[in-house]
Amino acid sequence: MDIARRRFDTLIIGAGGGGLRAALQLSRAEAHVAVVSKVFPTRSHTVAAQGGVNAALANVRPDNWHWHMFDTVKGSDYLGDQDAIEYMCRAAPQAVYELEHFGVPFSRLDDGRIYQRQFGGQSMNFGGEQAARTCAAADRTGHAILQSLYQQNIRARTHFFDEYFAIDLVRDGEGYLLGALVMDIASGELLLIEAKATLLATGGAGQIFRTNTNALINTGDGMGMALRAGIPLQDMEFFQFHPTGIAGKGMLISEALRGEGGYLVNAEGERFMERYAPHARDLASRDVVSRSIAIEIKEGRGCGVHRDHVLLRVDHLGAKTVHARVPAICDMVKTFLGTDPAETPIPVAPTAHYTMGGIPTNRFGQVIAPEQHGPEEPVPGLYAAGECACVSVHGANRLGGNSLLDILVFGRAAANHIIDYLKENRYHRPFPEDGFEPGLARLARWEQRGTGESVATLRTELARTMEENCGVFRTEDILRLGVEQVCALADRLQEVRLTDHSRVFNTARIEALELENLVDVALATVASALQRTESRGAHSRIDYPQRDDVNWLKHSLYHRQTRSVDYKPVRTRPLTVDSFPPKERVY
Amino acid sequence: MKFSIYRYHPEQDTPPRMQDMELEDAEIRPGMMLLDALLLLKAQDETLSFRRSCGEGVCGSDGMNINGRNGLACITPLAALKTPVELRPLPGMPVIRDLIVDLEPFYQQYRAVKPYLINHDPEPEVERRQTPAQRDQLDGLYECILCACCSTACPSFWWNPDKFLGPAALLQSWRFLADSRDQATDDRLAGLQGPFRLFRCHTIMNCADVCPKGLNPTRAIGHIKKLMVTRSV
Repeated sequence: MDIARRRFDTLIIGAGGGGLRAALQLSRAEAHVAVVSKVFPTRSHTVAAQGGVNAALANVRPDNWHWHMFDTVKGSDYLGDQDAIEYMCRAAPQAVYELEHFGVPFSRLDDGRIYQRQFGGQSMNFGGEQAARTCAAADRTGHAILQSLYQQNIRARTHFFDEYFAIDLVRDGEGYLLGALVMDIASGELLLIEAKATLLATGGAGQIFRTNTNALINTGDGMGMALRAGIPLQDMEFFQFHPTGIAGKGMLISEALRGEGGYLVNAEGERFMERYAPHARDLASRDVVSRSIAIEIKEGRGCGVHRDHVLLRVDHLGAKTVHARVPAICDMVKTFLGTDPAETPIPVAPTAHYTMGGIPTNRFGQVIAPEQHGPEEPVPGLYAAGECACVSVHGANRLGGNSLLDILVFGRAAANHIIDYLKENRYHRPFPEDGFEPGLARLARWEQRGTGESVATLRTELARTMEENCGVFRTEDILRLGVEQVCALADRLQEVRLTDHSRVFNTARIEALELENLVDVALATVASALQRTESRGAHSRIDYPQRDDVNWLKHSLYHRQTRSVDYKPVRTRPLTVDSFPPKERVY
Repeated sequence: MKFSIYRYHPEQDTPPRMQDMELEDAEIRPGMMLLDALLLLKAQDETLSFRRSCGEGVCGSDGMNINGRNGLACITPLAALKTPVELRPLPGMPVIRDLIVDLEPFYQQYRAVKPYLINHDPEPEVERRQTPAQRDQLDGLYECILCACCSTACPSFWWNPDKFLGPAALLQSWRFLADSRDQATDDRLAGLQGPFRLFRCHTIMNCADVCPKGLNPTRAIGHIKKLMVTRSV
């Protein structure tokens, strides 16, 4: 088959904050870089991040990176890799100052420095008083960062392939990454992009759940491609439920509201977080707050006619403060609920939000695929960063404000490693003639005519199955049912047919390809959850309520070919400081 | 609920056509947005094509012409719409398919205003200082989501999409002119000289009228003109 080819030094798939931060670093280093994105870059989901990015700038209260590191390790329920966490927290201030230099319109303090607000799980002095570590551009921090990074990439003349969909990675017999087969969505034409190094920055997979805070594009495409390329996914059972999505609708209500002084109440008007987290209360980490809300609802203290949510109150802060600090939230609540948060409490419930797991990498962004019983080996030429990756800095539970930090620090780290890699790998490797056959087969399957189920039907059923069987609280029986149902959906997927086989901007075909990724990622999630017989971070097993460090202080690795899970140790040794050993986690 | 939707598929249609589509009353829930309706209509007929992503008015993907007025489908309540709801692609742009237009001319004008901070000083090891009052100058500017609702509602942009920069790009131009950290004022103003790039704005104000984020490009354009005058005397 005759397919157009382009050659670049580096291929980046995904144009959110991680991909764009990496692209900027590479373009400035004069590495020839192509960025492929299925949407125009500023439509990537980084745009929806609200509250801010963590860095120990100490602009508002005393702070240092070591305290940030402690909070992140504790927040991860000790599953995070401490070398990567130390690296990230040390790099954080620089990452934020760089953004400021790029033009991000951060909110400011009276002395002109960057405004920082309180967020959950933050402390001074290793578990002491509340810290204020989250650098914010009002409540549009993700939007501001994404725009500035895209703008600087325009200045650096990065080469963009906007509205191109990545079908599959291409590897050679020795396992080297050679690039990817992609499709120009507007024309339906295929394009083979050859690259010496490929970075996956495709974001998360919140669309595996019905009610979620995520954009419709968050379908785990990079994770799906990695699985098909023989790479396992790590720690997929750890999926974050954000405590405050708009009840029944899912739109995210930032932790910033609680950081600025808001609090949650149940049907009795009680500030119930005082019972669950006497010290941090509403600013305990997200897994703790989500579980507390879920318990309140389960025990009949939920609000509304269905008693299915709690209320988030900021009305005591005064309209002026609320409208100045969280203007975008006010707009959104007005649009979707017709109310003003400064006057009316917001109905909220735990909502699927963030994929802690992902493609396993080290702190240089290199994808590492361990042999079944051997040491960890980097996959030559393949990198991953951001929500699609698992580095692992978030472990079993991510702290608010650490995801924007993750994409900045590891987007840049991956780019820096790629720059070195390119010096040692000066030439494109020979391209095997059958290199893109699997990708073509994947497309050809959707050309089958005839009757079958629709993509929309399966996508809806998958999301409902995951919500019912892999939610905030889990048990053996429920998870087993979930695995069976997702496996059954994977079988039915073979019988799904498209009715639209046209070429030009065929969004139905794109949704079919996304569905394949969603099914693989959902199965990885529920299968990993079934195996882990302990409760840690976001993974709460009613039948195994305790954390079990003796047997389970280890990372899961889900393999697609065998649909099986194996494990590797947590990296508990930081780079320069003493390790934080697992302790009981109280807020 | 009845819809009348602009359909055009270059592989099948010679001229574009309007197609009637319908949702059962039982499918309409209270509080539903137009995007929710479009997703249901697409489940009926998967050839119906439109862009969408965040579903909450922050990504700017689903700009379209709704009953004659540009807006974002995801934050347009169904209940407020007169039926049949007439949906067309954003006006004045080449149509790729159905409700999807080619936004490349729009993005070109955006890139033409150098929409990035330019500062020639050595980079400090910490942040550059900016007072809250200086930072406040950027409010109403940096929030633009590039949905193109404004530029494609502007008659001046319809007439001269290649010569007039349009409200979205000019709003961005002012966003950097207004930034206390930016040092390229002369360069930026020089790039806006001539009868077309800036001065084709006739303050019709369709842009401010339709902006789904409540921004006011006309006012930004006024600020640019004023700055030009101030600096020329």
